[in-house]
Amino acid sequence: MEDIKQNQDTVFIKVNNLVKYFPIIRGIIGRHVGDVKAVDGVSFEIPKGKTLGLVGESGSGKTTVGRTILRLMEPTRGEVWFEGKNVFKMKPHELRVLRRDMQIIFQDPFGSLNPRFPVGDIIGEPLLVHGIGTRKEREERVKELMEIVGLRPEYLRRYPHEFSGGQRQRIGIARALAMNPKFIVADEPVSALDVSIQSQIINLLIELQGRFNLTYLFIAHDLAVVKHMSDRVAVMYLGKLMETANNEDLFGNPLHPYTQALLSAVPVPDPDVKKQRIILQGDIPSPINPPKGCVFHTRCRYRFEPCDKEIPEPVDVGNNHIVWCHLIARQI
Amino acid sequence: MAVADVTVELAPSFSYWQMVWTRFRKHKLAMFGGAVIIFMILACYAGYPLYVYFTGNDYVSQDLTGRYALPSAQHWFGTDDLGRDVVARILYGGRVSIAVGFISAVASVVIGSLIGVVSAFFGGWIDEALMRFTDVMMSLPYIPLYLVLAMAFGPGFWTLVGIFVAFGWMGDARLVRGVVLSLKNMEFVEAAKAVGASNWRIMVRHLLLNSMAPIIVSTTLAMGGNIVGEAALSYLGLGIQPPLPSWGNILQTAAEYIFAPGNGPWLIFYPGFFLFITVLSFNFMGDGLRDALDPRLKI
Repeated sequence: MEDIKQNQDTVFIKVNNLVKYFPIIRGIIGRHVGDVKAVDGVSFEIPKGKTLGLVGESGSGKTTVGRTILRLMEPTRGEVWFEGKNVFKMKPHELRVLRRDMQIIFQDPFGSLNPRFPVGDIIGEPLLVHGIGTRKEREERVKELMEIVGLRPEYLRRYPHEFSGGQRQRIGIARALAMNPKFIVADEPVSALDVSIQSQIINLLIELQGRFNLTYLFIAHDLAVVKHMSDRVAVMYLGKLMETANNEDLFGNPLHPYTQALLSAVPVPDPDVKKQRIILQGDIPSPINPPKGCVFHTRCRYRFEPCDKEIPEPVDVGNNHIVWCHLIARQI
Repeated sequence: MAVADVTVELAPSFSYWQMVWTRFRKHKLAMFGGAVIIFMILACYAGYPLYVYFTGNDYVSQDLTGRYALPSAQHWFGTDDLGRDVVARILYGGRVSIAVGFISAVASVVIGSLIGVVSAFFGGWIDEALMRFTDVMMSLPYIPLYLVLAMAFGPGFWTLVGIFVAFGWMGDARLVRGVVLSLKNMEFVEAAKAVGASNWRIMVRHLLLNSMAPIIVSTTLAMGGNIVGEAALSYLGLGIQPPLPSWGNILQTAAEYIFAPGNGPWLIFYPGFFLFITVLSFNFMGDGLRDALDPRLKI
């Protein structure tokens, strides 16, 4: 917990104990009968120019983390610090200014582009909304952005339905880049694409990061992609972090039983390698009523007596490799 | 310059409206309807002054010696109970009827769309309040109310339009709210929010623009409906007041004198026919537009 308290101002992006509950309302009088605990106390930080990969299976709350940081959803509790400013305390006009610096790339390249807008208007919308330049200057900028992401500027007046999935994702990336942002949340940007296209988009994102000194929160469920992209990785399960570590540590020495299970499921492109797969029993429990203690204990191979009672404290095993697990805590 | 190594060729472009036109053209009845509507509008607005110029008959001049005249070269459709030329009255009355239908349909769709999009976009108590208000307005028995209001404000063109708008927007509000509810969770709306677009911009440029298909169809159908509504109220004597003609009050006068001595029972045919064919055309066109704008749409 020590590292969370210090240098509030110096770290680029800092998320403190983020909580997002979706209330469940029943009946005509609007009785509050419970909460979907989508994100339940998540903390991490990302230094400038780096990538944090956020992994977890469907329903683990990783998308909600991204949306809440950008305040596309209002948080229940917690803090997000962006360049020393508290994002959750911002007034609407401050938030508008912040939107220039923080952008998002969406998962679904079909749903994320307004089907009635020509591509030029989609990419130029941030410029228009923020009142940048004249019509002519904006069009020049749009053409430049299209070239940067590998689209022909002549296709400016085409509509999204005329493009393929990968091209549409490039349009979404160009839009995100329009205001020269510093921080981009990439919400599963490649999981809806063909594998052959995935690598093109991933490489584009990496090159853009180098060129514009971007900081990414890269949300994905594909571990191979995360390994390729990230400087640091955070593993989420049922709204909580299980393990965070630098890329090499997490993939080289996974400590949390959940991380181990996830990694064992990654296929290895070599038929001679015999891997022992760890099969998790059962399904991910409901976030309405998550297990007590460690949320993973219902599916954990190593669970023992404190696991279903006490919530594990984070343990740093060295090199800022943090694990939320009673077993690891006991071994140290 | 480009970071990416691949650029791609696209097939020749067809804009959305080009595709709509291609599909619309295949719908024979809708094409017929559209042609009839264009013909009616031309006849009423450009044809009337030409007719006056060439035959010298306008819609008010009376000729009490020449009542109930049969169709002739001078009076193509004959004359009515006051010896006025029926063609001139039908054409000028068409202006009034079509204008009532058009203005009230457009005004109610604007109001209804705004209420619908605000309701769906903000949700919560705003949605609840607006939709309950819509329910209340819908549950009012409108024919008696029309009569009372027409009496209260004095019958006339703008009273009629006002009444049709005041009681015509609810269907559009519900329709738009429904469409917007399904649109507002799409990622392009979130993208607009992330970019910093104002609520107003998101509602108009993103949500309403994508609801245009059902809105256009509903407006077209409402035009036909309002023309019939005008005829109904005028027939009851509370719509457009003579001597200003409208298809409704021409029909009413014709029906009143149908059994009068020396009358012309054929006089009810003209306004009835024009009403019938115009309203039918609006309905055909609405039907075709629905298929052309969005083949999946169900209204």
